[in-house]
Amino acid sequence: MFMIFGYPSALLFGQLLLGLINGAFYALLSLGLAIIFGMLNIVNFSHGALFMLGAFVAWGLLEFLGISYWWSLLLAPIVVGAFGVLLEKVFIARLYKLDHLYGLLLTFGLALVIEGLARNQFGSSGMPFAIPRQLQGATDLGFMFMPNYRGWVVAASAGMCLLVWLVIEKTSLGATLRAATENPAIVQSFGINVPRMITLTYAAGVALAAFAGVLAAPIYSVNPNMGASFIITVFAVVVIGGMGSIAGSIVTGFGLGIVEGLTKVFYPQGSSVVIFVVMVIVLLTRPAGLFGKGGH
Amino acid sequence: MSDAAMLEVRGLNAWYGESHILHGVDFDVRQGEVVTLLGRNGAGKTTTMKSIMGLVGRRAGSIKLNGAEMTGLRPDQIGRAGIALCPEERAIFAGLNVTENLMLPPKIAEGGLDLPTIYTLFPNLKERAASQGTKLSGGEQQMLAIARILRTGAKLLLLDEPTEGLAPVIVQQIGRMIREIKQRGFTVLLVEQNFRFAATVADRHYVMEHGKVIDQFRNDDLQNNMDKLHDYLGV
Repeated sequence: MFMIFGYPSALLFGQLLLGLINGAFYALLSLGLAIIFGMLNIVNFSHGALFMLGAFVAWGLLEFLGISYWWSLLLAPIVVGAFGVLLEKVFIARLYKLDHLYGLLLTFGLALVIEGLARNQFGSSGMPFAIPRQLQGATDLGFMFMPNYRGWVVAASAGMCLLVWLVIEKTSLGATLRAATENPAIVQSFGINVPRMITLTYAAGVALAAFAGVLAAPIYSVNPNMGASFIITVFAVVVIGGMGSIAGSIVTGFGLGIVEGLTKVFYPQGSSVVIFVVMVIVLLTRPAGLFGKGGH
Repeated sequence: MSDAAMLEVRGLNAWYGESHILHGVDFDVRQGEVVTLLGRNGAGKTTTMKSIMGLVGRRAGSIKLNGAEMTGLRPDQIGRAGIALCPEERAIFAGLNVTENLMLPPKIAEGGLDLPTIYTLFPNLKERAASQGTKLSGGEQQMLAIARILRTGAKLLLLDEPTEGLAPVIVQQIGRMIREIKQRGFTVLLVEQNFRFAATVADRHYVMEHGKVIDQFRNDDLQNNMDKLHDYLGV
């Protein structure tokens, strides 16, 4: 073992990895929020609850149907995405003509209902979810031991973020999405069914949350509060990155995870508040966020 | 030119929220014609265009495209039926480059212009393909806004003040372009403040005031009606 800045390297790299893992979840969750905010102009406060729902769907599929983790990575986002379609069509779609505040209140209420129902059904202690066989154990990287599953989470999250970024920035579907974010009326007049696109965008955003939920299931126990504990930090990440910025939410998500991890090494007392301190500084100096393009 | 109206607007009323903007607009556009709506600011020309496209809060009356009623349809269904709007504000997307802006509207029918033809008509768009849409000059943005609806196969084009705020040489270029697309079989409904420009491209003119059509002229008759027109437009 060697020392860096007077700290044992294993401690430093260990916390860096933990930071990266948190960052992986921040990035996936804030990316979903950014996509939804860009298109629907709604701050989706039920995002954490839908993240939790993704983990529960994976748990249920395994427990009751014997469907493996790997299939759940695909199926849970589809199930939660379908639930998102229902939420958007039944509730959220009625609010587009009203002030943003109503969307915030509605999705916050939905989160409370979903989490309350889960707590009622499953209790709040949580259920264990085994790491899939293929990813058990750890790998010696030379400078540290890395648990395989944690490495997978960082890689899967980064891969998914890259994929979403490519779809939005480099495809014609993405161009249509970006255009509809700017001027939905004109895009609709070109013959594109924008209301349907909005529904599917919400579904895609919450599917990303569910994907993150499945990734999280083996790390944290599957419990009704797992989303609530993440989501407050994720909103700080979104504010720092700039509402609605795709690349911004990814970079900020991973970056702040690392900042949080390093703070645990250098100033452990500050690790739980460091992201909020950064948020305050960013709000004071760049109110639109690091990657934001000015206010709405 | 056939006599049956391609676009038939009857008793069109439109509202933005509580304000009643159009009070029974009637006019026709025949297949292959270029028709203008003239009138002062606030006469209801732009609202008429938006109403045809389904982009106002509430509307009543009848809008028929080739005999099919459009008033019950959503904007995307109206777009699919073959009407395309080039709005006054041009609506070039800042988040998209020139090519993405151009390729954004989906093809709805055969018979649109292909890309080589569009680049022949608008050479600047090819040179600036990778530029951000809103980095173009005003004239280039206008060209882009028109070019992107020529591709789609829509046969009835609604051009809302395409010459507004542009230099005379660009206005001439837009005039040539409108005559060119008319030759290629497109039908154009044009909103203009500048009737001198309108006279160089249009077959017929309707004059609007206070949310109604109050008069119409054939372009050949324009000279004989100059006094009336000056009166209507306050020029």
